[in-house]
Amino acid sequence: MFIKQISVFIENKKGRLASLTDVLAKNGIDLIALSMADTADYGIMRAIVNDTDKAKEVLRAHNFAVTTTEVLAAEVPDRPGGLSEVLVSLQEQNISVEYLYSFVRSSNAKALILFKVNNGAAAAECLTGKGIRLLSQAEVNEL
Amino acid sequence: MIYDPKHECMPREELRKLQSERLIQTVRRIYDHVPMYREKMQEAGLTPEDIHSIDDLHKLPFTNKQDLRDHYPYGLFAAPMSDIVRLQASSGTTGKLTVVGYTAKDIDTWSEVMARTMAAGGATRDSIVHVAYGYGLFTGGMGAHYGAERLGATVVPVSAGNTQRQLMLLQDFGADVLACTPSYALHLAESMEDAGMDRSKFKLKYGVFGAEPCSEAMRKEIERRWQIRVTDIYGMCELTGPGVASECEHQTGMHVFEDHFFPEIIDPETLEPLPDGEQGELVFTTLSKEGIPLIRYRTRDITTILDDPCPCGRTLRRIKKILGRSDDMVIIRGVNVFPSQIETLLLEMGDVEPHYLLVVNREGALDTLEVRVEISEVMLTDEVRHLEEIEQKIKAQIASRLGVSAKVKLVEPKTIPRSEGKAKRVQDNRTL
Repeated sequence: MFIKQISVFIENKKGRLASLTDVLAKNGIDLIALSMADTADYGIMRAIVNDTDKAKEVLRAHNFAVTTTEVLAAEVPDRPGGLSEVLVSLQEQNISVEYLYSFVRSSNAKALILFKVNNGAAAAECLTGKGIRLLSQAEVNEL
Repeated sequence: MIYDPKHECMPREELRKLQSERLIQTVRRIYDHVPMYREKMQEAGLTPEDIHSIDDLHKLPFTNKQDLRDHYPYGLFAAPMSDIVRLQASSGTTGKLTVVGYTAKDIDTWSEVMARTMAAGGATRDSIVHVAYGYGLFTGGMGAHYGAERLGATVVPVSAGNTQRQLMLLQDFGADVLACTPSYALHLAESMEDAGMDRSKFKLKYGVFGAEPCSEAMRKEIERRWQIRVTDIYGMCELTGPGVASECEHQTGMHVFEDHFFPEIIDPETLEPLPDGEQGELVFTTLSKEGIPLIRYRTRDITTILDDPCPCGRTLRRIKKILGRSDDMVIIRGVNVFPSQIETLLLEMGDVEPHYLLVVNREGALDTLEVRVEISEVMLTDEVRHLEEIEQKIKAQIASRLGVSAKVKLVEPKTIPRSEGKAKRVQDNRTL
């Protein structure tokens, strides 16, 4: 139900993001989804990769600080109002979304959205109850 | 263990007599053999006959680091070169080296005081002492080496650098005593953890660390990570090298080997001597040196002399941990800031790594302090907000405890330069 996301600390310095993606590329790690949260001096790159453990290991070896978090990956109808309906249902259950971002790739008429919420289990129940399919780690790795 | 009970536990009265005799001899020696001192004394209207006891010390002029630079390389030597058997030097960040010369007797004294230091730290003749101070002109390596050897321990003279090899040798040779700088000891612990090495394979029990200030919090951090007892030691090239003062197992301050090095605390502004217990600049007079005796040498180190008895039985007075160097101290908008204060508060916060750098800039007429702190994975979550809270917390601590506002900047792991020798904690970009 939950899938693993890595979060990497990156200083706002020329070339840091490139050196991070370079480390992943050289080790054959595929970036499936990513988003940046940033401040003036640094940011946190959140990403879904096809091999979380290996990504952590190689990034640490290159002196990056890395941590992992569990998030939900949901198939949301790709039409106007599709995401809105999902968010409204979550809100009705008193579940707050801390952040969300979308996958680089989409399948058919569904948009793939990653959710970080304050109550993962309740959110999963709410979403599946509304007919929203959640992707497993294995499915995500195959994207 | 007390290596030399006769001198280390000497009744204070007797010690004072010995100090007086040795001061009189030293003053005679420098007056006769060192033109600079003769001139300084003549300017002050003094002759060696005016010095009757250690109580007359305050009459004598000070010596500054600049005096050593001005008389580079041999101008302050009080023994002929034929009697000098060794040269050592300290690298200055500005200008020339500070060069010191040792007679055979000076080397012998140095070995004795370093044997006392090693023993106070926990070493015995059965110990294996791993020396990771640099060997060469820097006094750390040679000093620790001669002291451990004098004690009868087994010395592993590894010198500085090549951390992986250091760890391998520490493990394979089974040293129980490590001698190096505190920042390097921490770096070794970190590298051991990074390499996934098993602490239980090491026999290390004691750390004898010096050559840079080590805050109490940093000592605790090293003790925790290495599971050893750390003693802080004090010395400087100008005085002999390490071996001027050392903590004992009670860790209540560093006992000064006062039979050879007489300490005073002065007010760095007025230059007036301060009573024991007051904080100020540490000044030393060498009492037995022949090669390059120094009178009232201004160390620039800020500390306090403690004269209350220590449970170890040594009668030697102690100096508190060095708070900072008066030249390492940064003055930010009129507030004195020592890197050690920042280090202490970072370590006390827990999940913050003790790797930091103070960057001082001048923007217009205003001095700004930026404190760069390395992030650790313990601090990192997927939310920026959490990091901002940590920054705010550090900032608030600095403001409330040091009385200065600072910008706190989190930086990536291992981006602050690690020292193999002395850690660089301040980058002052002001052009005054």
